[in-house]
Amino acid sequence: MHSNTRAPLGLKFAAIGGLIFLLAPIALIFVYAFTTEEKSFQWPPPGLTTKWIGVTLGRADVWEALALSLKVAAISTTLALILGTLTAAAVARSRFFGRETISLLVILPIALPGIITGISLRSAFSLLDIPFSTWTIVLGHATFCIVIVYNNAVARFRRTSGALVDAAMDLGADGVQTFVLVILPNIATALLAGGMLAFALSFDEVIVTTFTAGNQTTLPIWMLEELVRPRQRPVTNVVAMAVVIVTVLPILAAYYLTRDGEHTAGSDK
Amino acid sequence: MTDAVTFRGVSRHFGTVKAVDEVDLAIRDGEFFAMLGPSGSGKTTCLRLIAGFEQPTAGRIEIFGERAEGVPPYLRNVNTVFQNYALFPHMNVLDNVAFGLRVKGVGRAERHRAAEESLELVELAGYGARRAGELSGGQRQRVALARALINKPRVVLLDEPLGALDLKLREQMQEELRKLQRALGLTFVFVTHDQDEALSMADRVAVFAGGKIQQIGSSEDIYRRPASKFVADFVGSSNVVPADLAGVGAAGQWASLRPEDIILDASGREATVTGKFFHGRVTKLSLNVNGQSLTALIPAHETTPEIGETTHVSWEPSRAHLMEHEA
Repeated sequence: MHSNTRAPLGLKFAAIGGLIFLLAPIALIFVYAFTTEEKSFQWPPPGLTTKWIGVTLGRADVWEALALSLKVAAISTTLALILGTLTAAAVARSRFFGRETISLLVILPIALPGIITGISLRSAFSLLDIPFSTWTIVLGHATFCIVIVYNNAVARFRRTSGALVDAAMDLGADGVQTFVLVILPNIATALLAGGMLAFALSFDEVIVTTFTAGNQTTLPIWMLEELVRPRQRPVTNVVAMAVVIVTVLPILAAYYLTRDGEHTAGSDK
Repeated sequence: MTDAVTFRGVSRHFGTVKAVDEVDLAIRDGEFFAMLGPSGSGKTTCLRLIAGFEQPTAGRIEIFGERAEGVPPYLRNVNTVFQNYALFPHMNVLDNVAFGLRVKGVGRAERHRAAEESLELVELAGYGARRAGELSGGQRQRVALARALINKPRVVLLDEPLGALDLKLREQMQEELRKLQRALGLTFVFVTHDQDEALSMADRVAVFAGGKIQQIGSSEDIYRRPASKFVADFVGSSNVVPADLAGVGAAGQWASLRPEDIILDASGREATVTGKFFHGRVTKLSLNVNGQSLTALIPAHETTPEIGETTHVSWEPSRAHLMEHEA
C-alpha cells in the first residue's frame, strides 16, 4: 500500500539516530586504535599514527591470548558440530517420549544467563575435582556452541524430507553412503553457518570463560585486564578492531549461507 | 513360474493400529498390479513392506522366492517411484538418475552413459544438466522413473505416482507407464486411490480396506463382480440393493447393480426422481424405488425426467451381481 511512498522525515531521523547510537562506540574504538595519545582517551585525538599495530604485533601476551582463543573456539565448535548434529538428527527424525522436553533442555544453556552456566560449571568442576585448564574453558564454551549448531541443524533436518533418505536406501545406498551422499550435502550449509556462529560466539565470550578458566587468558579476558591496568592503551583498541573483523565476517557469511533455500528440500510438489 | 512377490499372513501393526492385517497376496512376474483403496487402507504400507522400509510384525514376504523379512531396502532388487518423486535437490538430473550406479561403485563415464540411456527411455534425453527444481511435475515424474529403472530392478513400485499431475498429463502418463511396463517386461506394483486409474492400467487389482484385501481380480472382475458391499461402492459407486429387488437372489442377500445398467423403461418399476446432475456424457439420476435409493447414469441423448417427477426404470437381472460377502 505505502510501499512507494517515501519514509517521513521524522522516521528517517529516528533511524539515523538509532544507527549512530549502535555504531558510534564501535567507530570510536577504531579511531582510538590510531591515536598518538597513550595514557588516556582524548577527543579529538591529538594525532594519528599506525605505530600501535606494530606494537601490538610485537607483544607476546597478545599472541598467546589470541592463540588460546582460537584454539578454544576451534575445539568447542568441532565438539558442538558433532554433538549438535547428532542431537538434531535424533530430535528431527524420530518420535519418542519426551522429545519436546529434550528439545527444550538443549536450548536451555543459551536461554539461561551466562553467569548461571558459569557458576554451575565452576561448582561442577570443583565437585568433580577437575583442575581448571584450557579444557574446562572448552567445555564451558561447548555448552552454548552446541545450541547454536543444534538450532541450525534441526531446522534444516525438518526441511529435508525423509523421503530422500528412503530414496537413497531404495537405490542401494547403505547407511554411510546415504549420510555422505544425501544427508550431508543437504545439511552442509546449515552446519557451516552454525559452526561459524558458534566460533564467533566462543571467540568473544567473557562471562562463562571467567568462571571456567584457571590462569589462562583468552583474548576477551586479556582485553578486560588491559582496561583495568592501562599500559599502551591503543593496543587494546587494535586488538578490539581485529576481534570485530574476525567475528563479523563469519556472522555475515552465515547470514548469506542460510538466507536462500527457503523451500523444503525433496518434498516439492 | 515363481511369483514376483508373495505375502503369507503378513501383518504390520503400529501399536494398536493394524495398518496391514494378515494379508495374503501373490503378484505374478511381469504383471501390472494395482493396490487400490482409500487412504489408511494399508495399501501404501504394503508397498513399503515390499520395498523394505517397513518390516512385517508377522508373516512371510518373498520376492522371487527369496525371503525378504529383515533384508534392508538397499539389498533388494526392487526400486520405487516415490509419491512426490523425492529427487535429490543437490544433484542435477543426470546424477539423480545415475545415483543407483554410483553407490554400486560404477565409474563416472559408464554410469553417466547408462543414465543418459535411462533418460532416453522416458523421453527426457538432453535434460541431464538441469536441476530437479527446473522441471515440470510431469518431467520430475519421468526422472523419478528413469532413476528407479537404472538398477534394472525386477519389481518397480509406484506410490501414487500420478497424484500430483493434472488430468490431461495423468492420462498421458498412464498410457506411457503401461507401454513402458510391457516393453521392459517388468513387474509394476502401483498404489492408487483412484479407481479409474487402477481399472484402466492394471492387469489385476487388489482392493484394500481396513488393512485387509477385500478382493483381488482382473479389472473386469472387480467392476462386474464385486465381492462385497465395500468393493461395489468404492469401485464405480455401484448400487448395493437387496438381492430380491435386483432379481438375482433371495431376501437377506445383497446384490450390486451398476448405475449405467439401469435404463428408463416405461414398462419398468415406478421410481421417484430425487436428484439430477448433468455430467456431459451422462446424466446422473438419484431415484427412489420402493424406498430403496438408486443411482442411475442415463446417456446424455435421452430425455430425462425432472426432480420430483415419477418415472419408470428397469434393468437386465443378469447385469446385477449377487455378492458373496455381507460387509
